[in-house]
Amino acid sequence: MKPAPFDYFLARDINSAVRALASASGEAKLLAGGQSLVPMLNFRLLRPSLLIDINNIPDLSYVRDDGTNIRIGATTRHREVKDSPIIAAELPVLREAMHHVAHLAIRNRGTIGGSLSHADPAAELPMMSLLLDARFEIVSPTRRRMIRAKEFFLGALTSALGDDDMLVEVQIPKLPANTGWAFEEIARRSGDFAMACVAIALTRRDNAIGDARIAMTGVAQTPIRASHAEDILKGEPLTEDVINAAVSAVLAAVDPSTDLHASAEYRRHVVGVLANRAIRDAWGRAGATRDV
Amino acid sequence: MHGDVPGRRAMSELVSITLSVNGIERASQVEPRLLLSDFLRGELGLTGTHVGCEHGICGACTVLLNGDSVRSCLLFAVQLDGQCIETVESLGTPGQLHPVQDAFRESHALQCGFCTPGMLMTTLDLLRTHPLASDEEIREGLSGNLCRCTGYVNIVRAVRTAGSLRTQEAQS
Repeated sequence: MKPAPFDYFLARDINSAVRALASASGEAKLLAGGQSLVPMLNFRLLRPSLLIDINNIPDLSYVRDDGTNIRIGATTRHREVKDSPIIAAELPVLREAMHHVAHLAIRNRGTIGGSLSHADPAAELPMMSLLLDARFEIVSPTRRRMIRAKEFFLGALTSALGDDDMLVEVQIPKLPANTGWAFEEIARRSGDFAMACVAIALTRRDNAIGDARIAMTGVAQTPIRASHAEDILKGEPLTEDVINAAVSAVLAAVDPSTDLHASAEYRRHVVGVLANRAIRDAWGRAGATRDV
Repeated sequence: MHGDVPGRRAMSELVSITLSVNGIERASQVEPRLLLSDFLRGELGLTGTHVGCEHGICGACTVLLNGDSVRSCLLFAVQLDGQCIETVESLGTPGQLHPVQDAFRESHALQCGFCTPGMLMTTLDLLRTHPLASDEEIREGLSGNLCRCTGYVNIVRAVRTAGSLRTQEAQS
């Protein structure tokens, strides 16, 4: 339960961090909050030759509003996102999700960039980035590029990051007016990873659903969007028939697995219950008359 | 390849750090892979910080880093140069317990005591930053700390007592 030896580099800026990554040819890991990485080191599931500590890089921890996007620096800790007045005002569904991210001491250390790069298939932040159509700014020694959340999560603990890539900023477009949201999660304990989790944003246009977004985690190898269910909701007034059709499409989209925490059958059942509940709650928050 | 990264410290190299532990400045030389929990217990002899799971689940090793509760098994000592750590030893003494320790004693909030240092340090963070208006909030706040003896009821009671003492102090 002690990590294997590793070299240590305290990076002072992004450039030196990614150059150190490149120098190690895939044998290095970035150390941000360390709340997922250090357990894997302690178990010796990972034995990197070099740890690159990015905690002291200045101007990498912030929540900013640029008018159209909320920008969050990679080493912003979960607690800062959870308590940010900007997040509370502009992305209340993310604020709600942050209450479900781990426990107090983990939130004090864990970072948004770390959680997204780790790409755990049961974590909340990858799912929220997918729901909110986030874009990630990625830096390597030779280029700087943007990757959309929907192109980032490739598999369980697998992202589109290359060996010398570092995620430096998360950009989240603000939600349109008349958007209601809901976040529903079932976990064994408060703060544990989700057995099943659904987050929804519905934008009202007149008395119908103008836009619909449904994201889920804990029910497939990556967080997923239920795009067919979204299409069923779009353009419709919310009725029991529409809800039932959308929930059926949600169930068709999931591919849960059985593990220590829950069976695949249970996850499939509960994600339908959560989706049904979340659609109604989101519609209520969108300012619609609650007639269902 | 190591020459490419000025400032890279080799795994066998001892790195000098200076940090404040319970208000006392400590200078030491550490291997990069030394966990803070092992640094506190092995290098400084502060064995009040308990090591349970060593992967961030049980909360027994919780300490304060610059006032915030953190898992000391998920931090490396080498990261803490210039930082401020507080452990359970910074609280009271057997003759003069800290009010939070006293609340735990009064409520019989421990049996074997293994989880208690982590529970106490987490409670300090909760008292500093949370209203603790309901037992639900207290339970959520303690959810990262496991106890295998008490069933938690008495721990929640102790934190509730500590919370109301804080409120009384603020009002007086």
